[in-house]
Amino acid sequence: MPQIVARDLAKSFRVAERSPGMLGAVRGLVARRYKTVDALAGVSFSIEAGELVGYIGPNGAGKSTTIKILAGILVPDGGTAEVAGRVPWRERIAHVARIGVVFGQRTQLWWDLPVIESLDMLRHIYKVPADAFAKQRAELVELLGLGDLLDTPVRQLSLGQRMRADLAASLVHAPDILFLDEPTIGLDAVSKLAVRAFVQRLNRERGVTVILTTHDMDDIEALCERVIVIGGGKILSDGPLAELRAQVSRERWLTVDLADGSDISDPDATVIRRDGNRVCLAFDPSVVSPAELIRRVTAAHPIRDLFVENPPIETIIARLYGA
Amino acid sequence: MADSLRLYFRYVGIAIRGQLQYRAAFVLKVVGYCIATGVEFLGLWALFARFGSLAGWTLREVALIYGVADVGFALADGLSRGLDRFGDVLKAGEFDRMLVRPRSTILQLLGFDFRLLTFGRMAQGIIALAWAGQFVAWSPGRAALLALSFACTTCLFIGLAVLQATTAFWTIESLEVWNAFTYGGNYASQYPFDIYTRWLRAFFTAILPLALTGYVPVRAILGRDPLDAWHVIAPLAGPLFLIIALGVWRIGVRHHASTGS
Amino acid sequence: MGYLAIIAARFRTLLQYRAAALAGLFTQIFFGIVRIMILSAFYAASRSQHAPMSLREVVGYIWLGQAMLLLMPWRIDEDVLRQVNDGSIVYELARPLDLQAVWLARGVAWRTAPVLLRLVPMLVLAMVVLPIFEPAWALAPPSAAAFAAWLVCFAGAIVLSAAISALMNVTLLWSLAGSGIPMIVGALATIFGGLTIPLVLFPAWSQPIIYALPFAGLLDLPSRIFTGNLPAHDVIYVLADQLVWSLVLIAFGRWLLARGVRKLVVQGG
Repeated sequence: MPQIVARDLAKSFRVAERSPGMLGAVRGLVARRYKTVDALAGVSFSIEAGELVGYIGPNGAGKSTTIKILAGILVPDGGTAEVAGRVPWRERIAHVARIGVVFGQRTQLWWDLPVIESLDMLRHIYKVPADAFAKQRAELVELLGLGDLLDTPVRQLSLGQRMRADLAASLVHAPDILFLDEPTIGLDAVSKLAVRAFVQRLNRERGVTVILTTHDMDDIEALCERVIVIGGGKILSDGPLAELRAQVSRERWLTVDLADGSDISDPDATVIRRDGNRVCLAFDPSVVSPAELIRRVTAAHPIRDLFVENPPIETIIARLYGA
Repeated sequence: MADSLRLYFRYVGIAIRGQLQYRAAFVLKVVGYCIATGVEFLGLWALFARFGSLAGWTLREVALIYGVADVGFALADGLSRGLDRFGDVLKAGEFDRMLVRPRSTILQLLGFDFRLLTFGRMAQGIIALAWAGQFVAWSPGRAALLALSFACTTCLFIGLAVLQATTAFWTIESLEVWNAFTYGGNYASQYPFDIYTRWLRAFFTAILPLALTGYVPVRAILGRDPLDAWHVIAPLAGPLFLIIALGVWRIGVRHHASTGS
Repeated sequence: MGYLAIIAARFRTLLQYRAAALAGLFTQIFFGIVRIMILSAFYAASRSQHAPMSLREVVGYIWLGQAMLLLMPWRIDEDVLRQVNDGSIVYELARPLDLQAVWLARGVAWRTAPVLLRLVPMLVLAMVVLPIFEPAWALAPPSAAAFAAWLVCFAGAIVLSAAISALMNVTLLWSLAGSGIPMIVGALATIFGGLTIPLVLFPAWSQPIIYALPFAGLLDLPSRIFTGNLPAHDVIYVLADQLVWSLVLIAFGRWLLARGVRKLVVQGG
């Protein structure tokens, strides 16, 4: 019996169009034009309890719309969803008491209060009994390393510290399901690792179902065994991460800033972009390792700077459908 | 219900603690606020000094009406600041956070932006009441009626704030229209309602029953009317208004859930 | 040239918020009607025969007050407040600009668009539409001389309002004392500018005091010119009052700003 089921979810929004300039402003006084945006066009998947699923897609693909529907704050135009046996938007309060949500860029803590008081406030909001709360808080403080931060007002925390505190806040009531929306965005490398380690422990040791939306492929690689890809309001891919990798050719990009205007060529790499003296090469790391390629390129050309990266997720998605 | 009340007081507690951190500035602001809201009474006094009476009402009587109207409004204004800010809450996307918590959204909004300062507004009304109160022949019944009048006027203005917040679901821009009813209503109810035209009186009786929560009970307190059942039942229009407003709010939340924002 | 652009931009922004504009208009009309009824009830008493202003003039006065509401120096410049709060004000002070002149110009530019946008429909409503429904509540059209005189005073009022605002901006530099001042000034401007009741209706002994204050030139005096309560040729005195006070406030503001800058420099910003 899956814990989370989505069946043919459909959702459209009406967005007002605003014309620029003075004429547009006056016209806006008289008549407003609207256009319809299809955020979801038939999304289906099912998730078992205890899974750790990555939910990825380009911006505007429908990720946050799906999360909002599963969280119960948005009602779909078509299709159904069930979370732990409940329809989320029909039984808001009962449903929401059993889930945790972390919105990456917005904090749910009280800005002027010390962390510990925010947690205490949330305990009362979620009606957690005192002894259960004491135990839960002690565990979260230890797992997330919040000991030194408890008395610090939230406004004085760094981004990494705040995210850890937000994670603790979302788990005060020990939910069975956790929605993480861009939890590592803007974090330094150390904090990212800490967050990932925590989420993994949460999932493996406590069996908390985690749905993770992110733009950071390293998050996915570190945490998710299963990845759902959404694009243009439709599910493009749903399965183990290894399958996704196999579907999309393993590719990395090397970008170099040349000191001169020479042409670069290499048998194992393709030039995909050239911008003045900046050249971007795509290569398959299983054919030529990044270190080897760098060695070859720097040996043959004077280089000012270089970096290696994964292609952005949009490229991966676009590749999925041969675009 | 009791639990919600307890939670509300917790919200108030953290707000006060936060604001008291800036003690000196706070005191100054309170003083400023009291002066700012108190000068209006000067105008009323000046008019009575020149004209002597307002359609048969003396300054002592009008001061009582004025005080009741103002205290009820100030109480509601102080309590419902979070509702006033609902437009900002929606724009910042903070409402989703409230929906994801297993509590009434109104409760969370009321606790959202509690400001001690707004209660400074009450000073003016209390002074007017204290002065006018010396000329009233008090009885336990009249005192109880006064308390009832406060409570019901406050309920009505909170209901107005709820309605105002609800419109934010549909349009952020037109919220200003509610000022006509909140500030305008408060202003109009500082004077005896019989000076207004028939349609305005009808409006303030049937649609926005400020005449029922303040004017009618005060007439009984002043002895112009007997203290009968009508004068006790009429103010209950205030809580009734609030209940209706909460129903409209629920419709607004449902609308928000189907259209996003 | 730049200020013309600011005014035009403000118009554009305001036009977008058509619903807000209509809502604001509605609120003002509501307030106006209630005020008129209250004053009319007072005037029903017999003592009104000797009032220094006729009911007709009072009615007109009330509409003008509602129409010119946005002229009142209630709001502090939000940008300046922000700059003071996050410290970026030091950049403004370090520039070889006359900061006070900038604030003054901003005050004028920022007020003109919203005031006009509210003023014109309200005047049309009060002078043209209202006589159809309730002539007793209508704003009597002014004589040509009175109207011309009023236009002059209107400009003077905008400058005066900007001068008061610029001074309030300066007080923001003293965060502790400054925070309550704009509120108090706003309140004083409301009552002593004539928004609550016409200033002449205050007791006779208070008249010299009230008219010695700067606020009378904001609303009361121009409205008295418009309604004919003051003869049109008195525009000279009104303008003089507005300009003298504007200059005094500007001078005071400059002096205060200099002191404030020194204080900031001493404290290290």
